[in-house]
Amino acid sequence: MTSLLDLSLAEARDGLRAKDFTAVELTDAYLGMVEKHRGLNAYITETPDLAREQAKAADAALAAGTAGAMAGIPVGIKDLFCTEGVLTTAASHILDGFKPPYESTVSANLKKAGAVMLGKLNLDEFAMGGSNQTSYYGPAKNPWKAEGSDADLVPGGSSGGSAAAVSARMALAATGTDTGGSIRQPAAYCGITGIKPTYGRCSRFGIIAYASSLDQAGPMTRTVRDAAIMLGSMAGFDPKDSTSADIALPDFEAALTGDIRSLKIGIPQEYRPEGLDPEINALWDKGIDMLKAAGAEVVDISLPHTKYALATYYIIAPAEASSNLARYDGLRFGLRVEGKTLDEMYARTRAAGFGEEVQRRILMGTYVLSAGYYDAYYLKAQRVRARIAEDFRNAFKTVDVILTPTAPTPAFGIGANMDDPIAMYLNDVFTVPTSLAGLPGLSVPVGLSSTGLPLGLQLIGRPFDEETVLRAGDVLEKAAGFSAVPSLVKG
Amino acid sequence: MSLDRDTVRKIAFLSRIEVADDTLEPLAGQLSGILDWFEQLKEVDTDGVQPMSSVTDAVLRWRDDVITDGGIREKILANAPEAMDGFFTVPKVVE
Repeated sequence: MTSLLDLSLAEARDGLRAKDFTAVELTDAYLGMVEKHRGLNAYITETPDLAREQAKAADAALAAGTAGAMAGIPVGIKDLFCTEGVLTTAASHILDGFKPPYESTVSANLKKAGAVMLGKLNLDEFAMGGSNQTSYYGPAKNPWKAEGSDADLVPGGSSGGSAAAVSARMALAATGTDTGGSIRQPAAYCGITGIKPTYGRCSRFGIIAYASSLDQAGPMTRTVRDAAIMLGSMAGFDPKDSTSADIALPDFEAALTGDIRSLKIGIPQEYRPEGLDPEINALWDKGIDMLKAAGAEVVDISLPHTKYALATYYIIAPAEASSNLARYDGLRFGLRVEGKTLDEMYARTRAAGFGEEVQRRILMGTYVLSAGYYDAYYLKAQRVRARIAEDFRNAFKTVDVILTPTAPTPAFGIGANMDDPIAMYLNDVFTVPTSLAGLPGLSVPVGLSSTGLPLGLQLIGRPFDEETVLRAGDVLEKAAGFSAVPSLVKG
Repeated sequence: MSLDRDTVRKIAFLSRIEVADDTLEPLAGQLSGILDWFEQLKEVDTDGVQPMSSVTDAVLRWRDDVITDGGIREKILANAPEAMDGFFTVPKVVE
């Protein structure tokens, strides 16, 4: 049955329709892997019974000819999406025992399309982090290891469990969410594909909020085609999210024509800061050559405010988080720590329920929004954000898509950077600007580092032009021919 | 920009997060480090730039003023750490 696990989502879809195998067989193969690699800590909650039930229903729908686009595809759901009746934790102690009475729109859309849910995937607490190390449930581990070393590496974050699971064949695909890079960076660290769509493309309803003006859901998959298929089932207008875009949903898979002749690819000089890892530089050059060879025209561009994006993000996101996380009060759901007064109960509950990084961001956010500092920090950051978005608008007057590295390094060791928040924040340096501008960003695995770890490149597009991003990504993926898998998958 | 213990204590209260006295100092140091890092934004000329609070230009939609859900008291209370007679319970706030 191992061969079932090697199929891409597109191949599995076609195989199911051709009755080469059943959804139950495919699901069982994945459930076996979920159990086998439990040590990676990719799942917080496994839902095998639900998965088998959904697989049976998918087989029935396939037989009846009523199957949706994701029928019988075993997926993992990041544990930030509310799933009706299934424990939803945001990897936080404060949501102990929380079983949502409703379903997020994205997971409901996937269900409607026939997807099979294997379980809920590990993440950084409330999606705050870039290494999955802030999870109350312990870090998920990267299935990859550096050559000649047995040290555990981070899968990236915050969608670390999602990336680890897809990479280790513990899910055929997974949902992720991305606020400053949380889909793209872990995808790069684990050698898989991930796209953060345009802000507004996927409904945020039922996704536990971190920074509402930035949060966006997207697929994490083995191939660009798989991402296109899954995005089509996740996205769409939703009246329950006031920022959901009421525009037609294109056929993303049909956009993969393989033809990027005369497409203009922008190369921003600011993404080559002094001291950038020469390996990352070389990988980027390789990617540029591949797109050129496919007939694209490469244009040097400038995004002058790039270097201010991280500081801007770390004002805006914590400010929004401090407001969003005010709802965790020990009253209505989750953990409660008693106190003599109402205020004491709140303060004790939140001190016990939130981890260190979450507390740090709430405190930071509260400070930058407080009287006397609001103008100097929060409003200033919002103004710089406008300039960053303007940089991209200007660039897209001359180019169709922008190519950059996804992350400045390959995956690092578990335990690294934990005592230095700013060093940890630097992992997001290439992904945060896209988020601030609300643009679609795709990470594609393109090569291996000298230590045998996957490295990714990022393609950034115009608002709601995921089609061009995916089309260029598909060409890049084919040219790169990335076929490496972690040794635990081989063995 | 450096924060002192009292400021951290005040922010912690505003955030309703209990912070032990002996962690105020290290926390102040850490947060000050992050605030120093923010100083770089002063270099950016933002005169006349409108603060950007959303990436979408869309105007909020209107909908008919009708009831769209409700009648789910049990579902809402099901996750409460403590509930009684259809209410959430809190520590006594009135003597």
